[in-house]
Amino acid sequence: MSLVGARVIRKEDPNLITGRGVFVDDLDLPGTVFATFVRSTEAHAEITSIDTADAKAAPGVLGVYTFDDFAELARVPGLPPELAPLHRPVLANGTVKFVGEPVAVVVATDRYKAADAAELVAVDYSPLPVLASIDASLAAMADPDGPRIHPLLQTNALPILPAPEAPSEEFVNAPRHASLRIKNNRCSAVAIETFAVVADWRPEGLVVWASYQAPHHLRNQLCGFFGIDASECRVIVPDVGGGFGSKINFYVELFLAPELSRRLRRPVKFALTRSEAMVHMHHGRAQINEVEVGFDDEGIVHALRVHTMQDIGGWPDHTGLGLGVLTSAMAGGCYRIPSVQAWLTDVITNTTPIAAYRGAGRPEAAFLIERTMDLVADETGIDPAEVRRRNFIQPDQFPWVTPANPDLAVYDSGDYPAGLAELLRILDYDALLALQATRNADESQPLMGIGLSCWTEIAGFGPPGSLEGFGHVGSWESANLRIQPDGSVLVSVGLAPHGQGTYTTMAQIAADELGIDIDRIVVRSSDTETVQQGIGTMGSRGVAVCGEAVRNAAIEVRRRAAAIAAHQLEANPDDLEVVDGEFRVKGTSTKSTPWRDVALASYQNLQLPEGTDAGTLDHTVFQTVPNFSFPSGAYGCVIGIDRETGAPSIERYVCVDDCGTVINPLLAEGQVHGGVSQGIAQALFEEVTYDENGQPTATTLVDYLVPSAADLPDFEMGRVVTLTPVNSLGAKGIGESGAVGAPPAVVNAVVDALSAFGVRHLDMPVTPEKIWNAMSAQGTGV
Amino acid sequence: MIPASFDYLKVESSAEAIAALTEYGDDAKLLAGGHSLIPLMKLRFATPEVLIDLGGITDLSYVRDHGDHLAIGALTRHCDVQASPELAAGCPIVSHVAGTVGDPQVRHRGTIGGSLAHGDPASDLPAVMLALGATLVASGPSGTREIPAVDFFCGFLETALAADELLTEIRVPRHTTGWSYQKFNRRAQDWAIVGVAAVTGDRTGVSLVNMGPAPMRAEATEAALATGADAATAAAAAAEGTEPSSDQHGTADYRRHLARVLTKRALVEAGLR
Amino acid sequence: MGNGKTAARLIEVGITINGVEHRAPVEARELLVHFTRSRAGLTGTHVGCDTSNCGACTVLLNGEAVKSCTILAVQVDGQAITTVEGLAADDGSFSPVQEGFRQEHGLQCGYCTPGMLMAATGLLTTNPDPSRDEIREALEGNICRCTGYQMIVNSVRWAAEHPVTVTTKGSPS
Repeated sequence: MSLVGARVIRKEDPNLITGRGVFVDDLDLPGTVFATFVRSTEAHAEITSIDTADAKAAPGVLGVYTFDDFAELARVPGLPPELAPLHRPVLANGTVKFVGEPVAVVVATDRYKAADAAELVAVDYSPLPVLASIDASLAAMADPDGPRIHPLLQTNALPILPAPEAPSEEFVNAPRHASLRIKNNRCSAVAIETFAVVADWRPEGLVVWASYQAPHHLRNQLCGFFGIDASECRVIVPDVGGGFGSKINFYVELFLAPELSRRLRRPVKFALTRSEAMVHMHHGRAQINEVEVGFDDEGIVHALRVHTMQDIGGWPDHTGLGLGVLTSAMAGGCYRIPSVQAWLTDVITNTTPIAAYRGAGRPEAAFLIERTMDLVADETGIDPAEVRRRNFIQPDQFPWVTPANPDLAVYDSGDYPAGLAELLRILDYDALLALQATRNADESQPLMGIGLSCWTEIAGFGPPGSLEGFGHVGSWESANLRIQPDGSVLVSVGLAPHGQGTYTTMAQIAADELGIDIDRIVVRSSDTETVQQGIGTMGSRGVAVCGEAVRNAAIEVRRRAAAIAAHQLEANPDDLEVVDGEFRVKGTSTKSTPWRDVALASYQNLQLPEGTDAGTLDHTVFQTVPNFSFPSGAYGCVIGIDRETGAPSIERYVCVDDCGTVINPLLAEGQVHGGVSQGIAQALFEEVTYDENGQPTATTLVDYLVPSAADLPDFEMGRVVTLTPVNSLGAKGIGESGAVGAPPAVVNAVVDALSAFGVRHLDMPVTPEKIWNAMSAQGTGV
Repeated sequence: MIPASFDYLKVESSAEAIAALTEYGDDAKLLAGGHSLIPLMKLRFATPEVLIDLGGITDLSYVRDHGDHLAIGALTRHCDVQASPELAAGCPIVSHVAGTVGDPQVRHRGTIGGSLAHGDPASDLPAVMLALGATLVASGPSGTREIPAVDFFCGFLETALAADELLTEIRVPRHTTGWSYQKFNRRAQDWAIVGVAAVTGDRTGVSLVNMGPAPMRAEATEAALATGADAATAAAAAAEGTEPSSDQHGTADYRRHLARVLTKRALVEAGLR
Repeated sequence: MGNGKTAARLIEVGITINGVEHRAPVEARELLVHFTRSRAGLTGTHVGCDTSNCGACTVLLNGEAVKSCTILAVQVDGQAITTVEGLAADDGSFSPVQEGFRQEHGLQCGYCTPGMLMAATGLLTTNPDPSRDEIREALEGNICRCTGYQMIVNSVRWAAEHPVTVTTKGSPS
């Protein structure tokens, strides 16, 4: 039975369901001390004084440090040299750029004493003008003497993708035009485990445990930062309680913990509280998209123009700088729009930095194009499903070179019409439309809206150069597969999983290729001392890139094993097959040798064929893929709206996904459920808010509304399969799909429900109050 | 996450609690279930010098049916109030609303007395006590006194309890005729953005959650009902005299609108019973 | 006293966790979750927030689910709690709830999972055959960021339908 495609329960679970997982804050090395930050209470200010005397004298305190104590340390890595003014110091140096920016570090014997001592550090500020939003920051740019958050940079706005000289001919000549200004709300990943790191710098080298998504990457950066060799630094990522992109960033404590450990000569731990994490861990989304669309009366879209303004926060992150590039590349969505002009301005503001959050630039793209398609439907009076059908890239038009970014985004494959058809079938679309007409005409029933989201996204990071642009050493992924003397298998992958079930899916792939029982295959990762150089888990690349690496490593090991078996059986390797754990001459059942014997022989020179070395069943692949993969899907949301309160309630949510080959349908569905839940949460519940003084107003889970089981529906699932040519598995990956595809279906449904009120658009999160305002104001409220 | 330090004593009786309150005065806070107080202390919004743990008191957890009223011990947990057969039969709005407080874990620790003594306008039970015209019994060094609910809630997190008084019992009238509790929030575990408690029949009372600094009655609505107005008319006045705040969960205008809508729904639902 | 300048008085507490008593001198402010993790060395119970929302710290006190981050260790001196480490049988077989989460993919990163397992175990004690809606309501105090909850609900339903279970080693289900 092939395990690829089978519902296999996870190998990861036994540790986790017995409470025996080890997360960074579970670690308790002897002598560990606890470090906590003193944080800025101002969004933009000069630090006029820091008084640490009382804190230093507090019980259990080993030290209180400010920037001056670390003045000779390098800046946080990641940004290119031309952005030198944005190279962030490990602690605030003279000025603070956002509320929550670390100003001092307190190290104490335990977290209780550290918390007490931190309160005793007295910081005085002299406020500077605060620019707490994209609009405020850009408005300041209009005045040549206006505030610049980084004066040496002389600007608050970075034109990453410059605006085109003029609208395209297709746009100008389009018979009709419409426009939309979309605000994609700032979100926080809220992995339930906050970021934590332990560093132990001993005389022979540095060991760091971090809740992180890219251990080798971190190791390489730490070595560069401290000027030590890669072999002198070990990074271990134990169990990780969720990442969603928020744990790829270079948080300052990744560099401070080792330095403090080096000075104090003991392990140093940082572990954020949730309130700290809400201002410290980088946020996601936070874009404004100004969209103009040219179309005709048949609903055909001729041209799209999109100016994306990406809020990058007060100390920009290197990933954050590039998110809008992905948004721009994917702005055309599933549609064969002849002209897509998309440009990007990154805007510095006095807020927490923005970086990757599940989807990382692609949810924003799907949202803007799907809202636009509904706008076209609204303007032309054509059914939203029909408008999409008329504009889809057709299945025979792949590879599709996107006009928006032909170098970056060439779609591999897809069948968008089939996805939409399947969605409408599951929804029973015509019946829904009829029901909607009845409901909406009946004042005693909640309003009903139907929203569609036909989306694609750029995943499977990626082809050579793609991740290098984000600072990684490569875009490949590595897998070592080793047969042990007893015939069991150890697979070491360069990924750093944090919930994806990698140890199960990779084992399924290896089991299929080797013909070895999956229970004898162990997959491990996340230790730079024992695992070859790897890249990490992000960008929906695990299966698409590393799965391929594992497959190819297994194929090669099996080829070598067949040669050993052939030698044992005095047969031709080409005549062998693996059945029930044995190498057998095809067509016989007696001429066979078990894997176990082959495995042992592989270490025994006297058993091996001439010219074969011991240890041969051990192979490492650094797998490159020629292109990104492009998962797609069609999601549908049926929403009810309370006519008096505006409260929205999801009545149905249907997800049809195309991720190509599915390795494990149970895990694939789990990924969609999780991503869709975050997408619905963005659409209806979540927003990281700031007041105009840059004070964050959603710093706990009381105010940042992550939904619970009681707030979300069951999902109905469907599938379409178009294989990707970028790997032999045909697998595109699915990790971020739900977060990309989900929000538009929700908002389209709400706007649809309110169409009688003339509502054109609502920004996320679509709260009851926003809906009520829109109903009351007859379409002018957003 | 980490509370500031404090001194701590555990008492085994109301008398001990009162003695401790007398000794420490404003420096002390009472600790019942802790699910109003400990979250505030973890964020260091509250930094009492002394906590007096009532967890050792065993005789203040009860529900007793006294015919015209039911008596609930102040240390009765929300889950026990929710499950009480006496309340389900004798004053079901109370057991129902106790079941809407927080989430199941909160209800396994939080107490009705703790919630009422905390005096948060966003809490569910204070509004119910006001609507019912409940009586809150306080014990202090000079004995016990009965405080009508309408006099109990004085301001934001401020009740009529003196610094040396312990809330020991809540007396709710028997009410088996119409009632309704309308709780509007965005997430199931959240406090109400606005809530309305309404009772009709034997007694008429309408009270509001989160429409001002303290739990409050919808006085204009009650007055309209007293003159025979129907549900819609009476509800239209629900926001009069209220001072809802504007925060990220809702503007004052929206809260006023919700108060009117929820009051109408509450009255209709209460009238249907 | 509330300023950390005076050394806080330590109180000797004994809390029975999964049948074993753990004694330690603690400050009154020490949270039960920290006592469990640091004094008893049982790190399966997790911290995920500081406002009692996320439920990752859920344990059973007298069989009822409570949030151990909102309880002081001193409050439960002399009492008994069960944590996730106490769910499996002595021979290591998983409880029905644990097995249900395994069979139905009720966990991904596993961080919220101990809290979910304890809340679900508490639910099934009083409501052995809950509907899907009842399960969702019972878990409204536990936040998961990975699963979207549907498979957690499936897992609890599995446990309700298999009240006695034996651990099976082996993967295809």
